[in-house]
Amino acid sequence: MTTKPKKQAKDSEVLLSIRNLHIEGQSDEEWHPIVKGVDFDLHRGEVLGLIGESGAGKSTIGLAAMGFARPGCKITQGDIMFDGVNLFNATENDKRSLRGVRISYVAQSAAASFNPAHRLIEQYSEAPVQHGVMDEKEAHAEAITLFEKLQLPDPHTIGFRYPHQVSGGQLQRAMTAMAMACKPDLIIFDEPTTALDVTTQIEVLAAIKDIVHEFNTAAIYITHDLAVVAQMADKIIVLRYGEVVEEADTRKMLSKPEKAYTKSLWAVRSLQKKEQPSDDILLEMRNIDASYGGGVKVLKNVSIKVPKQRTVAVVGESGSGKSTAARAITGLLPPMKGEVIFKGETLSAALKDRKADDLRKLQMIYQMPDTALNPRMRIRDIIGRPVQFYMGLSGKKRDERVSELLNMIEMEPNQYVDRFPGELSGGQKQRVCIARALAAEPELIICDEVTSALDQLVAEEILKLLQHLQDELELSYMFITHDLATVRAIADEIVVMLQGEVVEQGLKTEILTPPHHEYTDLLLSSVPEMDPDWLEGLLKERAKKKPSIQLAGN
Amino acid sequence: MGKLITLVIQRLGLGLLTLLAVSLIIFLGVELLPGDIATEILGQDALPETVEVFRRELGLDKPPHIRYIDWVLGVIQGDFGTSFANQREISDLIGFRLANTLFLALMTSAIAVPFSLVCGVLAALYRNSLYDRAINTFTLTSISFPEFFIAYILIIMFSQQLGWFPSLSNVDMDMPLWERIYKCLLPAATMTLAVFAHMMRQTRAAIINLLASPYIEMANLKGLQRFRVVVHHALPNAWAPIATVIALNLAYLVVSVVVVEVVFVYPGLGQLMVDSVIVRDLPVVQACSLVFAATYILLNLTADLISIVTNPRLLHPK
Repeated sequence: MTTKPKKQAKDSEVLLSIRNLHIEGQSDEEWHPIVKGVDFDLHRGEVLGLIGESGAGKSTIGLAAMGFARPGCKITQGDIMFDGVNLFNATENDKRSLRGVRISYVAQSAAASFNPAHRLIEQYSEAPVQHGVMDEKEAHAEAITLFEKLQLPDPHTIGFRYPHQVSGGQLQRAMTAMAMACKPDLIIFDEPTTALDVTTQIEVLAAIKDIVHEFNTAAIYITHDLAVVAQMADKIIVLRYGEVVEEADTRKMLSKPEKAYTKSLWAVRSLQKKEQPSDDILLEMRNIDASYGGGVKVLKNVSIKVPKQRTVAVVGESGSGKSTAARAITGLLPPMKGEVIFKGETLSAALKDRKADDLRKLQMIYQMPDTALNPRMRIRDIIGRPVQFYMGLSGKKRDERVSELLNMIEMEPNQYVDRFPGELSGGQKQRVCIARALAAEPELIICDEVTSALDQLVAEEILKLLQHLQDELELSYMFITHDLATVRAIADEIVVMLQGEVVEQGLKTEILTPPHHEYTDLLLSSVPEMDPDWLEGLLKERAKKKPSIQLAGN
Repeated sequence: MGKLITLVIQRLGLGLLTLLAVSLIIFLGVELLPGDIATEILGQDALPETVEVFRRELGLDKPPHIRYIDWVLGVIQGDFGTSFANQREISDLIGFRLANTLFLALMTSAIAVPFSLVCGVLAALYRNSLYDRAINTFTLTSISFPEFFIAYILIIMFSQQLGWFPSLSNVDMDMPLWERIYKCLLPAATMTLAVFAHMMRQTRAAIINLLASPYIEMANLKGLQRFRVVVHHALPNAWAPIATVIALNLAYLVVSVVVVEVVFVYPGLGQLMVDSVIVRDLPVVQACSLVFAATYILLNLTADLISIVTNPRLLHPK
């Protein structure tokens, strides 16, 4: 191994000290404060967790620790002392010579943050070579060592692939390796596992933890997931609206949070629902095979039943065929084999052959409310269109119905009906999506990861609303998700999918209580818990028995 | 790699199909032109019998679909037919003119493409700087003037006042290369000014468009020099839109230069076509149109292929 010896520094030495940090962002030609006077210290080798909802200023602060502000933002005042240099007023050249060498960055989406035009190892070597830390040959050799350490498959050759040729979890580890290239003193991890499946997340978390520990690197770990930060951080700062709510050591923060806001964050995961069995089947997928363009089968003999007025959660990691199942049901992807039976009648395979009334009874809500709403239409028209199209209402009657629907999703009609989607928050947009689905007066709504783009508190509100609507309107839900906390909160039945096949199906308690199917066990045990020792304990346990399942992500 | 070759062959096949469709449109268009070559050549008061004989000689008595098929089959074998006006082989007639047009186009693109790429990259690099604004204003001005106007301005400045370059570009076959280049400089400069703006602005826009991507932010956070961020990280991902605009402009250089050719009395294909339309020399018009169409299709095809080839997802499949 050619890695340099650990920097022998006292852990008490302060590496980064931020005082009275103010950052402003520009919107509508005006500057608004985003970060309002944040202070903290970070010692060598220490890991600081920054948590908060989106918009709390986490990423902005993380980037400011590199003296960097995104376009449209500016650091207006404060001191950012990094090892004797104040990054607030350092020259662009001075900051540049620190970035990539002594402070590096791991982005949320490795897939988007690797340049698609260059091989991984070229991108790895870029910082060390351009900053003159080592030559290309040395950098390549180092890269292979690090790839090995991060347990990437084929460490000698994986670097010569392009980003699109590598899976998401592997890319995220490659990016961690890239950040390590110059053995920096500080790494900013900006939600590095948010885009990953739980089973992949574990491996990345373990890799990051190991490597940060080995090189005594200080880190700022940004996330909105409390259980994750509990595993990674030595101390935690809770942020809200650009201000520090609370700061404490991880164990103390977890066991005795002081502020009300922190407590409310901690409480979110407690939402639970008691399941209700039912044999009154509304929709059935029977022995469905499906593929895109006739190639590899994405669904293999999939059978799923959705009872009336119940919620069936379909879980599995990305690539398991969850969303494809939804596409087969709605007719967007006509299956190769098998049938979709709705209220005892077989639906036509293709969307264009279905009757308007069948279309009406099956509605969808999507993951990204931002892209699911037409930004140039007012809320009135977004909800009004299905009202007119399916229900034949127009003019005043249509408007009345739109108001009614807005009331149902707990949004004040007079206030919102003339707004554009851009004038709403993420949670409100998702509510409008729900109202749009309700406008068709459906019997089954397919919810495709509807809460995964939302903050926990907002997500919980949406889940409560969906539950309320189900009770009131006797709706059935097919709930596609990879988040098991959501499943606990809302499901009656659970379907577990792996590589296009249904692994297990049954009532929630049956699936969630042991003995599990091997894959279900892996999936369930991979969900991070709020216990700071959870990750290490789990890894020890897993090391004892090697899993025999090959995951899609690896 | 096999996927790429299939794609290329597919595109080429599509290109040929397009060309066939275009040939039909050209033929129909020419067919619909008012006026008749026989009366045009023999005069209004020619005897009907003479006209009849003349028409038979040219093959105009056959029904249109037979003539179309004859024409297409001929073209496939390299035979464009003979000119109505002077009975010469059209391929001879076009050959020299086409070579001239291509020469001028090539010379112009040799100046304009590298120049506009460099200026575009620099404009993206120093966005909103004085240089950026100056080059944007300059290029906007240059495309806002009609080409003949620019041509005359250049002639007045460099030919009349300074006497550096000739105002006539009457090249011929036997001229040595350097003399041709010398004679073509003014028309090439005129056309450079006409196409420079599009290419430069597209390069700038394509790069700036990418500067907001996460991988560019990553490159910045690695502490790379601005120049490297733009050239090494943004440019390789911007080739597709840039190539499209370059191809369109190169096609423009071949197809739409008739005004410039007329001003500089340059014996190119555009002039031949205009002359032939005036005398109703239909086979020549058809041949020129077909050559122009082929140029367009070929260049667009190249742009398509460049955008495919510069996409690593296609070049290096999983």
